[in-house]
Amino acid sequence: MAVITMREALNQALREEMLRDESVFLMGEEVAEYQGAYKITKGLLQELGPKRVIDTPITELGFAGLGVGAAMVGLRPIVEFMTFNFSILATDQIINSAAKMRYMSGGQFKIPIVFRGPSGSAYQVSSQHSQAIESWFGFFPGLKVVMPSTPADAKGLLKSAIRDDDPVIFMEQERMYGNKGEVPEDADFTIPLGVADVKREGTDVTIVARSLMVPIALKAAETLEQQGISCEVVDPRTIRPLDIDTIVNSVKKTNRVVVAEESHPFCGVGAEISTEIMERAFDYLDAPVKRVCGADVPMPYAKNLEDMAIPGVDQLIAAVREVSYLD
Amino acid sequence: MSKQARPSNSKADEKSAVGVIEPDAPDDAQLQNERDAVKSDQKRHLSDYDSKTLIELLRQMLLIRRFEEKSAEQYSIGKIGGFCHLYIGQEAVCVGALSAIRKDDYVMTSYRDHGQALAKGMSADAVMAELFGKATGCSHGKGGSMHMFDKSLGMLGGHGIVGGQIPLATGVAFATKYQGTDQVTLCFFGEAAVNQGAFHESLNMAQLWKLPCIYICENNQYGMGTSLQRAMSLQDISKKAPAYEMASEFVDGMDVLAVREATTRAVERARKDYLPTLLEIRTYRFMGHSMSDPGNYRTRAEIEKYQERDPLKVFMASMLEEKIISDGEYQDMEKKVRDEVEHSVRFAEESPLPAPEELYTDVYANPIERKS
Repeated sequence: MAVITMREALNQALREEMLRDESVFLMGEEVAEYQGAYKITKGLLQELGPKRVIDTPITELGFAGLGVGAAMVGLRPIVEFMTFNFSILATDQIINSAAKMRYMSGGQFKIPIVFRGPSGSAYQVSSQHSQAIESWFGFFPGLKVVMPSTPADAKGLLKSAIRDDDPVIFMEQERMYGNKGEVPEDADFTIPLGVADVKREGTDVTIVARSLMVPIALKAAETLEQQGISCEVVDPRTIRPLDIDTIVNSVKKTNRVVVAEESHPFCGVGAEISTEIMERAFDYLDAPVKRVCGADVPMPYAKNLEDMAIPGVDQLIAAVREVSYLD
Repeated sequence: MSKQARPSNSKADEKSAVGVIEPDAPDDAQLQNERDAVKSDQKRHLSDYDSKTLIELLRQMLLIRRFEEKSAEQYSIGKIGGFCHLYIGQEAVCVGALSAIRKDDYVMTSYRDHGQALAKGMSADAVMAELFGKATGCSHGKGGSMHMFDKSLGMLGGHGIVGGQIPLATGVAFATKYQGTDQVTLCFFGEAAVNQGAFHESLNMAQLWKLPCIYICENNQYGMGTSLQRAMSLQDISKKAPAYEMASEFVDGMDVLAVREATTRAVERARKDYLPTLLEIRTYRFMGHSMSDPGNYRTRAEIEKYQERDPLKVFMASMLEEKIISDGEYQDMEKKVRDEVEHSVRFAEESPLPAPEELYTDVYANPIERKS
């Protein structure tokens, strides 16, 4: 298997799926001529042409809705948000149109559309360009929400998302585009949506982590191993629908759990996971569920403050030790 | 845009109750005077049509009128719930416009959608049953008044957020062009939607990418209780199109043939050259915004002024006068339409409620079961 970056893995997924299916097209700001603001769409215009790879005006509501309309009558749009911060302008079309069209038409329409782009914290771009908003989209029935943490997952999940007949919110992590990993080269390599992955097996404490928190959790687990604590790291990969079984099965084995996320704690995905663990595995818990979240503030610009706002290895280690009653 | 660049059908323009509005049109006051002077002379049009077409236009308008009157009645006795936005007064708009397209063309509209649904060929039964929240409704009772869909007929809904359908319809037009068909898309919306960003974003993309979408602004002059004058800085809506280099027309929406002719010109532009058009169709709703609206913001005199130009009555009178339809034939049509509407109420009454298990169906096309 080749070792490539997450950026390259995503590019491969887009290219392979667009070559596979004529009805797939890609639109967004700077995706064509500029080759992508983050170069995820590099080379696609040259290979697939301007009919399939389309630069849009900066009108997120308009082109998100245009994509949903195109999906209603048989196309399979991939709509790139330059970052998910700008998807906030498009939420009416994502939530009121994409998520609900099938239901309110009594099942007459399928909406096979992928809204994708970088999300989560970036580097020193302050409050409006650095935020993790997956809980917004995870809230709505009708949407599927995917957050990969490795290049292989990114490729396999994106290919599945493009082939899926429902609207999929595919949130890449801006800081992870350069991360490297082994990625299968088979054009039919996919990873099913809605299936969690155990990124590291362990016996003492479960860490549920997604996206940016996965490598941080793995690093924490390495240190904790040296301290005699064996951590299991579970990556849900898909936020909605959530593979709660894999999480609960892990908790039943370890009896202790830390839920890590870079998003705000209040009304977050971590709160949902914690509740579901309480509902399904209360009797197995030897300690209360512990959350480690991003700070409950808008993201600051100053480097020292920004570092404090995003959970790091030390916080995770402290949380694991806390649920283990070691400190 | 120059006059030369504007596609036009001079013969049709001559007959049109109003002409194409050019960006270099006369000043506002003069324009307004011309518009006030517009009295649709339907007799002038009638001879251009075969009687079968005219009779069908009349029948559709009558069906919508009687259907909506029945909806109001059924709402008032609690058979219909939620919001119910009636189309009475605006019938000439959707009937005229839809008579200018093919069966395989697409239609999308706002929450005031019963008229478009019926004109697109949906049965009164399916629409009434949807209003009653029954399993036999077009959307299986999950949509209600605002969400009339029939994919097989190209009726792409009823959408509930003001202006929300405008980007969607633009996307439908994008898809038909992408797929290489010559289908066109009619996108209806009220004048209040014109203030939404969605309208401007869509028109920009439609002209930029040459998409075969016809934007039909049903200007009934009130966004719920707020008059156009209180909500829009530039009230000549057709004048907004030149900002996007788009063709536009102002049309008398009380004249079904004027609507049909303007739409025909727009359809030609869309089908042949993938060019969008904005039609501002001036109309008036005779009822409140929805069934819960007491309508205190309009005077009785104003409503009566427009009722004198009731699109259904004026058209019917012209048809009778020109002997295109006899009194007996009209009575027969009236009876058939009333029977159709009565049948829809019985059908809706007798239809089953959605089964409880339907609550959880139709959320996903590819559901992923959670195991526990």
